[in-house]
Amino acid sequence: MTQQLKSTLDRFLLFVGGFGILLKQVASELLHPPFEWRLLMEQIYQIGFRSFPLIFITALSTGMVMTLQFGIGLAKFGGQPYVPKIVSLSILREMGPVFTSLMVAARVGAGMASEIGSMVVTQQIDAIRALGTSPIRKIVIPRVLATFICLPLLGSLANLVGVVGGLIVGVTELKLDPEFYILKVTTTLLLDDYFSGVGKSFFFAIFISITACYFGLTVKEGTKEVGLATTQAVVVSSILILVGDFFLTKLFFIL
Amino acid sequence: MIEVRRFKKRFGSKEVHRGVSFHVEQGECLGLIGGSGSGKSVLLRSLIGLEKADSGSIVIEGQDITQMTERELIGIRKKVAYAFQGGALFDSMTVFDNLAYPLREHTDLKESDIKKKIRDLLFEFGLADSENLFPGSLSGGMQKRVGLARAIILNPDTILYDEPTAGLDPFNTRKISEMILRLKAKKKTGILVTHDMPVAFEVCDRIALLVHGNLDIIAKPKEIQQDALHPISIFAHGDIT
Ligand SMILES: Nc1ncnc2c1ncn2[C@@H]1O[C@H](COP(=O)(O)OP(=O)(O)OP(=O)(O)O)[C@@H](O)[C@H]1O
Ligand SMILES: [Mg+2]
Repeated sequence: MTQQLKSTLDRFLLFVGGFGILLKQVASELLHPPFEWRLLMEQIYQIGFRSFPLIFITALSTGMVMTLQFGIGLAKFGGQPYVPKIVSLSILREMGPVFTSLMVAARVGAGMASEIGSMVVTQQIDAIRALGTSPIRKIVIPRVLATFICLPLLGSLANLVGVVGGLIVGVTELKLDPEFYILKVTTTLLLDDYFSGVGKSFFFAIFISITACYFGLTVKEGTKEVGLATTQAVVVSSILILVGDFFLTKLFFIL
Repeated sequence: MIEVRRFKKRFGSKEVHRGVSFHVEQGECLGLIGGSGSGKSVLLRSLIGLEKADSGSIVIEGQDITQMTERELIGIRKKVAYAFQGGALFDSMTVFDNLAYPLREHTDLKESDIKKKIRDLLFEFGLADSENLFPGSLSGGMQKRVGLARAIILNPDTILYDEPTAGLDPFNTRKISEMILRLKAKKKTGILVTHDMPVAFEVCDRIALLVHGNLDIIAKPKEIQQDALHPISIFAHGDIT
Protein backbone atom coordinates (compact mmCIF):
# COMPACT_ATOMS: atom_id res chain seq x y z
CA MET A 1 0.00 0.00 0.00
CA THR A 2 2.68 2.51 0.99
CA GLN A 3 4.70 1.07 -1.87
CA GLN A 4 1.93 1.94 -4.27
CA LEU A 5 1.56 5.41 -2.78
CA LYS A 6 5.26 5.97 -3.18
CA SER A 7 5.29 4.94 -6.82
CA THR A 8 2.29 7.17 -7.54
CA LEU A 9 4.08 10.06 -5.86
CA ASP A 10 7.21 9.26 -7.86
CA ARG A 11 5.29 9.32 -11.10
CA PHE A 12 3.56 12.55 -10.10
CA LEU A 13 6.88 14.25 -9.42
CA LEU A 14 8.32 12.86 -12.66
CA PHE A 15 5.34 14.28 -14.51
CA VAL A 16 5.71 17.71 -12.94
CA GLY A 17 9.40 17.78 -13.82
CA GLY A 18 8.83 16.38 -17.30
CA PHE A 19 6.03 18.86 -17.97
CA GLY A 20 8.31 21.74 -17.03
CA ILE A 21 11.23 20.50 -19.09
CA LEU A 22 9.07 19.91 -22.15
CA LEU A 23 7.54 23.37 -21.83
CA LYS A 24 11.00 24.89 -21.59
CA GLN A 25 12.23 22.94 -24.63
CA VAL A 26 9.22 24.10 -26.63
CA ALA A 27 9.85 27.72 -25.65
CA SER A 28 13.54 27.58 -26.48
CA GLU A 29 13.05 25.83 -29.83
CA LEU A 30 10.40 28.37 -30.79
CA LEU A 31 13.10 31.04 -30.70
CA HIS A 32 15.10 29.31 -33.43
CA PRO A 33 13.89 29.62 -37.01
CA PRO A 34 12.80 28.13 -39.32
CA PHE A 35 9.23 27.50 -38.35
CA GLU A 36 7.28 24.46 -39.56
CA TRP A 37 4.21 26.15 -41.02
CA ARG A 38 2.99 23.16 -42.97
CA LEU A 39 3.00 20.90 -39.91
CA LEU A 40 1.18 23.58 -37.90
CA MET A 41 -1.54 23.84 -40.56
CA GLU A 42 -1.98 20.07 -40.56
CA GLN A 43 -2.45 20.06 -36.81
CA ILE A 44 -4.83 23.00 -36.87
CA TYR A 45 -6.94 20.97 -39.26
CA GLN A 46 -6.72 17.85 -37.09
CA ILE A 47 -7.21 19.54 -33.73
CA GLY A 48 -9.39 22.51 -34.53
CA PHE A 49 -11.40 21.76 -37.57
CA ARG A 50 -12.11 18.13 -36.84
CA SER A 51 -13.22 18.87 -33.26
CA PHE A 52 -15.90 21.15 -34.65
CA PRO A 53 -18.86 18.71 -34.63
CA LEU A 54 -18.05 17.40 -31.16
CA ILE A 55 -17.83 20.88 -29.67
CA PHE A 56 -20.98 21.96 -31.49
CA ILE A 57 -23.04 19.13 -30.06
CA THR A 58 -21.56 19.48 -26.57
CA ALA A 59 -22.24 23.21 -26.42
CA LEU A 60 -25.70 23.00 -27.89
CA SER A 61 -26.88 20.33 -25.48
CA THR A 62 -25.23 22.05 -22.51
CA GLY A 63 -27.05 25.28 -23.27
CA MET A 64 -30.34 23.52 -23.82
CA VAL A 65 -30.18 21.36 -20.70
CA MET A 66 -29.12 24.24 -18.47
CA THR A 67 -31.99 26.37 -19.68
CA LEU A 68 -34.43 23.57 -19.09
CA GLN A 69 -33.14 22.89 -15.59
CA PHE A 70 -33.05 26.53 -14.52
CA GLY A 71 -36.38 27.18 -16.15
CA ILE A 72 -38.11 24.40 -14.27
CA GLY A 73 -36.25 25.07 -11.04
CA LEU A 74 -36.84 28.80 -10.98
CA ALA A 75 -40.46 28.58 -12.14
CA LYS A 76 -41.55 27.83 -8.56
CA PHE A 77 -40.21 31.20 -7.47
CA GLY A 78 -41.31 33.07 -10.55
CA GLY A 79 -37.70 33.39 -11.53
CA GLN A 80 -38.02 32.44 -15.17
CA PRO A 81 -37.16 35.94 -16.45
CA TYR A 82 -33.72 35.50 -14.92
CA VAL A 83 -33.01 32.37 -16.95
CA PRO A 84 -31.40 34.11 -19.96
CA LYS A 85 -29.06 35.99 -17.65
CA ILE A 86 -28.01 33.02 -15.55
CA VAL A 87 -27.59 30.61 -18.43
CA SER A 88 -25.61 32.91 -20.67
CA LEU A 89 -23.37 34.05 -17.83
CA SER A 90 -22.54 30.51 -16.74
CA ILE A 91 -21.87 29.49 -20.31
CA LEU A 92 -19.51 32.35 -21.07
CA ARG A 93 -17.66 32.30 -17.78
CA GLU A 94 -17.46 28.55 -17.20
CA MET A 95 -19.35 25.95 -19.19
CA GLY A 96 -18.31 26.97 -22.70
CA PRO A 97 -14.54 27.04 -22.24
CA VAL A 98 -14.34 24.28 -19.63
CA PHE A 99 -16.54 21.74 -21.39
CA THR A 100 -14.78 22.51 -24.65
CA SER A 101 -11.42 21.91 -23.02
CA LEU A 102 -12.54 18.66 -21.44
CA MET A 103 -13.90 17.38 -24.73
CA VAL A 104 -10.74 18.39 -26.57
CA ALA A 105 -8.64 16.78 -23.84
CA ALA A 106 -10.49 13.54 -24.47
CA ARG A 107 -10.49 13.66 -28.25
CA VAL A 108 -7.21 15.37 -29.06
CA GLY A 109 -5.18 14.49 -25.97
CA ALA A 110 -5.85 10.80 -26.43
CA GLY A 111 -5.04 11.00 -30.12
CA MET A 112 -1.77 12.82 -29.55
CA ALA A 113 -0.55 10.57 -26.77
CA SER A 114 -1.27 7.38 -28.68
CA GLU A 115 0.16 8.67 -31.95
CA ILE A 116 3.39 9.87 -30.33
CA GLY A 117 3.60 6.75 -28.17
CA SER A 118 3.37 4.52 -31.25
CA MET A 119 6.05 6.59 -32.94
CA VAL A 120 8.31 5.96 -29.96
CA VAL A 121 7.66 2.22 -30.05
CA THR A 122 8.35 1.98 -33.78
CA GLN A 123 11.51 4.09 -33.35
CA GLN A 124 10.18 6.89 -35.52
CA ILE A 125 11.02 9.47 -32.86
CA ASP A 126 14.57 8.09 -32.78
CA ALA A 127 14.63 8.28 -36.57
CA ILE A 128 13.69 11.97 -36.46
CA ARG A 129 16.66 12.52 -34.16
CA ALA A 130 19.02 10.26 -36.11
CA LEU A 131 18.27 12.21 -39.29
CA GLY A 132 19.49 15.40 -37.64
CA THR A 133 16.09 16.87 -36.85
CA SER A 134 14.25 17.55 -33.61
CA PRO A 135 11.10 15.77 -32.38
CA ILE A 136 10.30 18.91 -30.37
CA ARG A 137 10.12 20.95 -33.58
CA LYS A 138 8.57 18.28 -35.76
CA ILE A 139 6.09 16.73 -33.37
CA VAL A 140 5.58 18.69 -30.16
CA ILE A 141 5.57 22.33 -31.27
CA PRO A 142 3.00 21.98 -34.07
CA ARG A 143 0.63 20.19 -31.69
CA VAL A 144 1.08 22.61 -28.80
CA LEU A 145 0.68 25.69 -30.99
CA ALA A 146 -2.29 24.28 -32.85
CA THR A 147 -4.07 23.52 -29.57
CA PHE A 148 -3.15 26.97 -28.27
CA ILE A 149 -4.69 28.60 -31.33
CA CYS A 150 -7.73 26.36 -31.71
CA LEU A 151 -8.95 25.90 -28.16
CA PRO A 152 -9.91 29.57 -27.54
CA LEU A 153 -11.63 29.64 -30.93
CA LEU A 154 -13.51 26.44 -30.19
CA GLY A 155 -14.39 27.87 -26.77
CA SER A 156 -15.79 31.01 -28.43
CA LEU A 157 -17.80 28.88 -30.80
CA ALA A 158 -19.12 26.89 -27.84
CA ASN A 159 -20.18 30.13 -26.13
CA LEU A 160 -22.19 31.19 -29.12
CA VAL A 161 -23.74 27.80 -29.76
CA GLY A 162 -24.52 27.32 -26.04
CA VAL A 163 -26.33 30.64 -25.79
CA VAL A 164 -28.30 29.87 -28.94
CA GLY A 165 -29.18 26.46 -27.51
CA GLY A 166 -30.49 28.26 -24.43
CA LEU A 167 -32.50 30.59 -26.59
CA ILE A 168 -34.12 27.72 -28.45
CA VAL A 169 -35.24 25.98 -25.27
CA GLY A 170 -36.17 29.28 -23.63
CA VAL A 171 -38.53 30.07 -26.46
CA THR A 172 -39.93 26.63 -27.18
CA GLU A 173 -40.15 25.11 -23.72
CA LEU A 174 -40.25 28.04 -21.30
CA LYS A 175 -42.37 30.17 -23.64
CA LEU A 176 -40.14 33.20 -23.18
CA ASP A 177 -40.31 35.94 -25.78
CA PRO A 178 -37.31 35.63 -28.12
CA GLU A 179 -36.76 39.39 -28.24
CA PHE A 180 -36.83 39.57 -24.46
CA TYR A 181 -34.37 36.68 -24.28
CA ILE A 182 -31.91 38.28 -26.69
CA LEU A 183 -32.23 41.67 -25.00
CA LYS A 184 -31.50 40.13 -21.62
CA VAL A 185 -28.48 38.27 -22.96
CA THR A 186 -26.99 41.26 -24.74
CA THR A 187 -27.46 43.64 -21.85
CA THR A 188 -26.09 41.20 -19.29
CA LEU A 189 -22.95 39.93 -20.96
CA LEU A 190 -19.83 42.03 -20.78
CA LEU A 191 -16.61 41.59 -22.67
CA ASP A 192 -15.10 40.82 -19.29
CA ASP A 193 -17.24 37.71 -18.95
CA TYR A 194 -16.13 36.51 -22.34
CA PHE A 195 -12.41 37.06 -21.67
CA SER A 196 -12.45 35.56 -18.19
CA GLY A 197 -13.87 32.38 -19.74
CA VAL A 198 -11.90 32.14 -22.96
CA GLY A 199 -8.76 33.50 -21.29
CA LYS A 200 -8.60 30.32 -19.25
CA SER A 201 -8.61 28.16 -22.36
CA PHE A 202 -5.14 29.40 -23.33
CA PHE A 203 -3.90 27.75 -20.15
CA PHE A 204 -6.03 24.66 -20.72
CA ALA A 205 -4.49 24.34 -24.19
CA ILE A 206 -1.03 24.08 -22.64
CA PHE A 207 -2.29 21.58 -20.04
CA ILE A 208 -3.79 19.36 -22.74
CA SER A 209 -1.06 19.43 -25.36
CA ILE A 210 2.04 19.31 -23.18
CA THR A 211 0.53 16.56 -21.02
CA ALA A 212 -0.36 14.47 -24.06
CA CYS A 213 3.07 14.93 -25.63
CA TYR A 214 4.76 14.11 -22.33
CA PHE A 215 2.91 10.83 -21.86
CA GLY A 216 3.40 9.93 -25.52
CA LEU A 217 7.13 10.61 -25.47
CA THR A 218 7.74 8.73 -22.22
CA VAL A 219 6.40 5.45 -23.58
CA LYS A 220 9.30 3.01 -23.43
CA GLU A 221 8.30 0.01 -25.42
CA GLY A 222 5.31 -2.14 -26.18
CA THR A 223 1.83 -1.31 -27.36
CA LYS A 224 0.40 -1.93 -23.90
CA GLU A 225 2.22 1.15 -22.66
CA VAL A 226 0.73 3.18 -25.49
CA GLY A 227 -2.76 2.42 -24.19
CA LEU A 228 -1.70 3.33 -20.68
CA ALA A 229 -0.13 6.59 -21.84
CA THR A 230 -3.34 7.49 -23.65
CA THR A 231 -5.45 6.95 -20.54
CA GLN A 232 -3.02 8.88 -18.37
CA ALA A 233 -2.92 11.78 -20.80
CA VAL A 234 -6.71 12.16 -20.71
CA VAL A 235 -7.05 11.67 -16.95
CA VAL A 236 -4.20 13.98 -16.00
CA SER A 237 -5.11 16.77 -18.41
CA SER A 238 -8.77 16.63 -17.30
CA ILE A 239 -7.71 16.94 -13.68
CA LEU A 240 -5.40 19.83 -14.56
CA ILE A 241 -8.28 21.57 -16.33
CA LEU A 242 -10.71 21.13 -13.43
CA VAL A 243 -8.27 22.07 -10.70
CA GLY A 244 -6.70 24.81 -12.81
CA ASP A 245 -10.14 26.23 -13.50
CA PHE A 246 -10.69 27.00 -9.85
CA PHE A 247 -7.38 28.77 -9.39
CA LEU A 248 -7.54 30.60 -12.71
CA THR A 249 -11.04 31.81 -11.93
CA LYS A 250 -9.82 33.14 -8.58
CA LEU A 251 -6.86 34.74 -10.30
CA PHE A 252 -9.04 36.44 -12.90
CA PHE A 253 -11.27 37.86 -10.15
CA ILE A 254 -8.25 39.42 -8.50
CA LEU A 255 -6.92 40.93 -11.72
CA MET B 1 37.71 8.08 -37.59
CA ILE B 2 35.83 6.86 -34.54
CA GLU B 3 37.47 6.29 -31.20
CA VAL B 4 35.57 4.79 -28.29
CA ARG B 5 37.22 4.60 -24.87
CA ARG B 6 36.00 2.76 -21.77
CA PHE B 7 32.38 3.24 -22.81
CA LYS B 8 29.92 2.18 -20.12
CA LYS B 9 26.16 1.95 -20.34
CA ARG B 10 23.58 0.39 -18.07
CA PHE B 11 19.80 0.25 -17.98
CA GLY B 12 18.62 0.07 -14.39
CA SER B 13 20.46 -2.83 -12.84
CA LYS B 14 21.45 -4.31 -16.22
CA GLU B 15 25.01 -3.49 -17.19
CA VAL B 16 25.09 -3.66 -20.97
CA HIS B 17 28.56 -2.20 -21.65
CA ARG B 18 31.29 -2.45 -19.04
CA GLY B 19 34.09 -0.43 -20.58
CA VAL B 20 34.13 -0.94 -24.33
CA SER B 21 37.14 0.45 -26.23
CA PHE B 22 37.85 0.30 -29.96
CA HIS B 23 38.58 2.50 -32.91
CA VAL B 24 37.61 2.54 -36.58
CA GLU B 25 39.91 4.15 -39.14
CA GLN B 26 38.70 6.42 -41.91
CA GLY B 27 37.52 4.23 -44.78
CA GLU B 28 37.60 1.07 -42.71
CA CYS B 29 34.65 -1.24 -42.15
CA LEU B 30 34.47 -2.86 -38.73
CA GLY B 31 32.25 -5.88 -38.24
CA LEU B 32 30.48 -6.14 -34.90
CA ILE B 33 29.07 -9.45 -33.81
CA GLY B 34 27.65 -10.69 -30.54
CA GLY B 35 24.70 -12.54 -29.13
CA SER B 36 21.19 -11.19 -29.19
CA GLY B 37 20.84 -8.67 -26.39
CA SER B 38 24.59 -8.19 -26.03
CA GLY B 39 24.21 -4.48 -26.73
CA LYS B 40 25.17 -4.07 -30.38
CA SER B 41 22.29 -1.77 -31.19
CA VAL B 42 22.79 0.22 -28.00
CA LEU B 43 26.44 0.73 -28.97
CA LEU B 44 25.57 2.00 -32.45
CA ARG B 45 22.83 4.24 -31.08
CA SER B 46 25.29 5.70 -28.59
CA LEU B 47 27.69 6.62 -31.39
CA ILE B 48 25.22 9.24 -32.65
CA GLY B 49 23.99 10.25 -29.22
CA LEU B 50 20.61 8.50 -29.33
CA GLU B 51 21.63 6.92 -26.02
CA LYS B 52 23.68 8.84 -23.47
CA ALA B 53 26.88 7.16 -22.28
CA ASP B 54 27.14 6.66 -18.51
CA SER B 55 30.89 7.18 -18.72
CA GLY B 56 33.76 6.94 -21.17
CA SER B 57 34.32 8.89 -24.35
CA ILE B 58 33.20 8.61 -27.95
CA VAL B 59 35.34 10.72 -30.24
CA ILE B 60 34.20 11.26 -33.82
CA GLU B 61 36.42 13.36 -36.10
CA GLY B 62 38.18 14.75 -33.05
CA GLN B 63 35.01 15.73 -31.16
CA ASP B 64 33.80 13.98 -28.02
CA ILE B 65 30.09 13.53 -28.59
CA THR B 66 29.20 12.27 -25.11
CA GLN B 67 29.01 15.82 -23.75
CA MET B 68 27.14 17.33 -26.69
CA THR B 69 23.65 18.80 -26.50
CA GLU B 70 20.90 17.62 -28.83
CA ARG B 71 21.42 20.73 -30.96
CA GLU B 72 25.19 20.16 -31.25
CA LEU B 73 24.61 16.54 -32.20
CA ILE B 74 22.78 17.56 -35.38
CA GLY B 75 26.10 18.19 -37.13
CA ILE B 76 27.37 14.73 -36.15
CA ARG B 77 24.14 13.05 -37.25
CA LYS B 78 24.43 14.55 -40.72
CA LYS B 79 27.90 12.99 -41.07
CA VAL B 80 27.26 9.69 -39.32
CA ALA B 81 24.22 7.83 -40.58
CA TYR B 82 22.45 5.09 -38.63
CA ALA B 83 20.50 2.50 -40.58
CA PHE B 84 17.97 1.22 -38.05
CA GLN B 85 17.59 -2.51 -37.47
CA GLY B 86 13.88 -2.31 -38.30
CA GLY B 87 14.00 0.51 -40.82
CA ALA B 88 12.20 3.00 -38.53
CA LEU B 89 10.34 4.51 -41.48
CA PHE B 90 7.80 7.28 -40.93
CA ASP B 91 4.55 5.41 -41.42
CA SER B 92 2.51 8.51 -42.19
CA MET B 93 4.67 9.22 -45.25
CA THR B 94 5.19 7.42 -48.53
CA VAL B 95 8.50 5.80 -49.39
CA PHE B 96 9.27 8.82 -51.54
CA ASP B 97 8.61 11.29 -48.73
CA ASN B 98 10.62 9.20 -46.31
CA LEU B 99 13.61 9.47 -48.60
CA ALA B 100 12.95 13.13 -49.33
CA TYR B 101 12.80 14.00 -45.63
CA PRO B 102 16.56 14.38 -45.03
CA LEU B 103 17.05 16.13 -48.37
CA ARG B 104 14.31 18.66 -47.67
CA GLU B 105 15.65 19.26 -44.18
CA HIS B 106 19.33 19.62 -44.88
CA THR B 107 19.81 20.57 -48.52
CA ASP B 108 18.61 23.29 -50.88
CA LEU B 109 17.94 20.84 -53.70
CA LYS B 110 15.07 21.66 -56.03
CA GLU B 111 12.10 19.30 -55.91
CA SER B 112 12.95 18.04 -59.40
CA ASP B 113 16.51 17.15 -58.31
CA ILE B 114 15.16 15.44 -55.20
CA LYS B 115 12.88 13.38 -57.40
CA LYS B 116 15.69 12.30 -59.67
CA LYS B 117 17.99 11.44 -56.79
CA ILE B 118 15.35 9.33 -55.09
CA ARG B 119 14.38 7.51 -58.30
CA ASP B 120 18.02 6.58 -58.91
CA LEU B 121 18.54 5.40 -55.37
CA LEU B 122 15.34 3.34 -55.32
CA PHE B 123 16.37 1.71 -58.58
CA GLU B 124 19.76 0.84 -57.10
CA PHE B 125 18.02 -0.81 -54.14
CA GLY B 126 15.61 -2.76 -56.34
CA LEU B 127 12.66 -0.74 -55.11
CA ALA B 128 11.81 1.12 -58.30
CA ASP B 129 8.04 0.60 -58.10
CA SER B 130 7.49 1.37 -54.43
CA GLU B 131 7.88 5.13 -54.52
CA ASN B 132 4.24 5.85 -53.71
CA LEU B 133 3.64 3.03 -51.25
CA PHE B 134 3.34 3.54 -47.53
CA PRO B 135 5.75 1.64 -45.25
CA GLY B 136 2.86 -0.39 -43.84
CA SER B 137 2.41 -2.14 -47.18
CA LEU B 138 6.08 -3.08 -47.60
CA SER B 139 7.64 -6.36 -46.52
CA GLY B 140 10.15 -6.29 -43.66
CA GLY B 141 13.05 -6.66 -46.05
CA MET B 142 11.81 -3.84 -48.24
CA GLN B 143 11.37 -1.55 -45.22
CA LYS B 144 14.93 -2.30 -44.25
CA ARG B 145 16.24 -1.38 -47.67
CA VAL B 146 14.27 1.87 -47.72
CA GLY B 147 15.68 2.62 -44.26
CA LEU B 148 19.21 2.04 -45.53
CA ALA B 149 18.54 4.20 -48.58
CA ARG B 150 17.22 6.99 -46.35
CA ALA B 151 20.29 6.73 -44.14
CA ILE B 152 22.79 7.17 -46.97
CA ILE B 153 20.91 9.72 -49.06
CA LEU B 154 22.72 12.69 -47.53
CA ASN B 155 26.06 11.16 -48.50
CA PRO B 156 27.39 10.69 -44.95
CA ASP B 157 31.06 9.99 -44.14
CA THR B 158 30.25 7.12 -41.82
CA ILE B 159 27.45 4.58 -41.91
CA LEU B 160 26.35 2.41 -39.00
CA TYR B 161 24.56 -0.64 -40.36
CA ASP B 162 22.36 -2.46 -37.84
CA GLU B 163 21.85 -5.98 -39.23
CA PRO B 164 21.19 -4.76 -42.78
CA THR B 165 20.83 -8.23 -44.25
CA ALA B 166 18.84 -9.98 -41.53
CA GLY B 167 15.63 -11.33 -43.00
CA LEU B 168 16.61 -10.69 -46.61
CA ASP B 169 16.62 -13.30 -49.35
CA PRO B 170 19.98 -14.29 -50.87
CA PHE B 171 19.52 -12.02 -53.87
CA ASN B 172 18.89 -8.92 -51.76
CA THR B 173 21.59 -9.87 -49.29
CA ARG B 174 23.96 -9.91 -52.26
CA LYS B 175 22.71 -6.46 -53.30
CA ILE B 176 23.21 -5.01 -49.84
CA SER B 177 26.72 -6.37 -49.44
CA GLU B 178 27.60 -4.99 -52.86
CA MET B 179 26.18 -1.66 -51.78
CA ILE B 180 28.31 -1.68 -48.63
CA LEU B 181 31.40 -2.55 -50.68
CA ARG B 182 30.62 0.29 -53.09
CA LEU B 183 30.31 2.75 -50.20
CA LYS B 184 33.57 1.43 -48.82
CA ALA B 185 35.26 2.00 -52.17
CA LYS B 186 34.19 5.62 -51.79
CA LYS B 187 36.25 5.74 -48.55
CA LYS B 188 33.20 5.71 -46.29
CA THR B 189 33.80 4.48 -42.77
CA GLY B 190 31.43 1.76 -41.62
CA ILE B 191 30.42 -0.34 -38.67
CA LEU B 192 28.45 -3.41 -39.62
CA VAL B 193 26.43 -5.25 -36.99
CA THR B 194 25.49 -8.62 -38.37
CA HIS B 195 24.88 -12.29 -37.67
CA ASP B 196 25.67 -13.10 -41.27
CA MET B 197 29.30 -14.31 -41.17
CA PRO B 198 29.84 -14.67 -44.94
CA VAL B 199 28.79 -11.03 -45.40
CA ALA B 200 31.01 -9.94 -42.52
CA PHE B 201 33.98 -11.83 -43.97
CA GLU B 202 33.39 -10.30 -47.35
CA VAL B 203 32.99 -6.62 -46.48
CA CYS B 204 34.76 -6.09 -43.15
CA ASP B 205 38.43 -5.24 -42.60
CA ARG B 206 38.26 -6.37 -39.00
CA ILE B 207 35.62 -8.13 -36.96
CA ALA B 208 34.97 -7.56 -33.25
CA LEU B 209 33.09 -9.79 -30.83
CA LEU B 210 30.98 -8.21 -28.11
CA VAL B 211 30.61 -10.49 -25.08
CA HIS B 212 29.66 -9.75 -21.48
CA GLY B 213 29.77 -6.02 -22.10
CA ASN B 214 33.34 -6.13 -23.36
CA LEU B 215 34.82 -5.82 -26.80
CA ASP B 216 38.32 -7.27 -26.46
CA ILE B 217 38.40 -9.73 -29.31
CA ILE B 218 39.12 -8.12 -32.66
CA ALA B 219 40.63 -9.91 -35.63
CA LYS B 220 40.99 -9.77 -39.40
CA PRO B 221 38.64 -12.01 -41.40
CA LYS B 222 41.59 -14.08 -42.68
CA GLU B 223 42.85 -14.82 -39.18
CA ILE B 224 39.40 -15.96 -38.17
CA GLN B 225 38.77 -18.08 -41.24
CA GLN B 226 42.11 -19.85 -40.90
CA ASP B 227 41.69 -20.63 -37.21
CA ALA B 228 38.74 -22.85 -36.34
CA LEU B 229 39.51 -22.35 -32.64
CA HIS B 230 39.45 -18.57 -32.81
CA PRO B 231 36.79 -17.25 -30.38
CA ILE B 232 34.96 -15.59 -33.27
CA SER B 233 34.96 -18.85 -35.26
CA ILE B 234 33.59 -20.64 -32.24
CA PHE B 235 30.93 -17.94 -31.80
CA ALA B 236 30.06 -18.17 -35.49
CA HIS B 237 29.54 -21.90 -35.15
CA GLY B 238 27.11 -21.34 -32.33
CA ASP B 239 29.25 -23.00 -29.67
CA ILE B 240 29.35 -20.02 -27.28
CA THR B 241 27.06 -17.11 -26.69
N1 LIG C 1 15.81 1.72 -23.62
C1 LIG C 1 16.14 0.60 -22.97
N2 LIG C 1 15.73 0.41 -21.71
C2 LIG C 1 16.08 -0.69 -21.01
N3 LIG C 1 16.84 -1.68 -21.50
C3 LIG C 1 17.29 -1.56 -22.76
C4 LIG C 1 16.97 -0.42 -23.57
N4 LIG C 1 17.57 -0.56 -24.77
C5 LIG C 1 18.21 -1.75 -24.72
N5 LIG C 1 18.06 -2.35 -23.52
C6 LIG C 1 18.65 -3.62 -23.11
O1 LIG C 1 20.02 -3.60 -23.48
C7 LIG C 1 20.40 -4.88 -23.95
C8 LIG C 1 21.07 -4.74 -25.30
O2 LIG C 1 20.11 -4.41 -26.27
P1 LIG C 1 20.46 -4.27 -27.81
O3 LIG C 1 19.23 -3.87 -28.51
O4 LIG C 1 21.66 -3.42 -27.98
O5 LIG C 1 20.85 -5.77 -28.21
P2 LIG C 1 21.43 -6.30 -29.57
O6 LIG C 1 22.81 -6.78 -29.31
O7 LIG C 1 21.27 -5.26 -30.62
O8 LIG C 1 20.50 -7.55 -29.87
P3 LIG C 1 19.87 -8.06 -31.25
O9 LIG C 1 20.93 -8.85 -31.93
O10 LIG C 1 18.74 -8.91 -30.82
O11 LIG C 1 19.43 -6.86 -32.02
C9 LIG C 1 19.17 -5.74 -23.97
O12 LIG C 1 19.22 -6.58 -22.84
C10 LIG C 1 18.03 -4.77 -23.84
O13 LIG C 1 16.99 -5.34 -23.08
MG1 LIG D 1 20.08 -4.99 -32.27
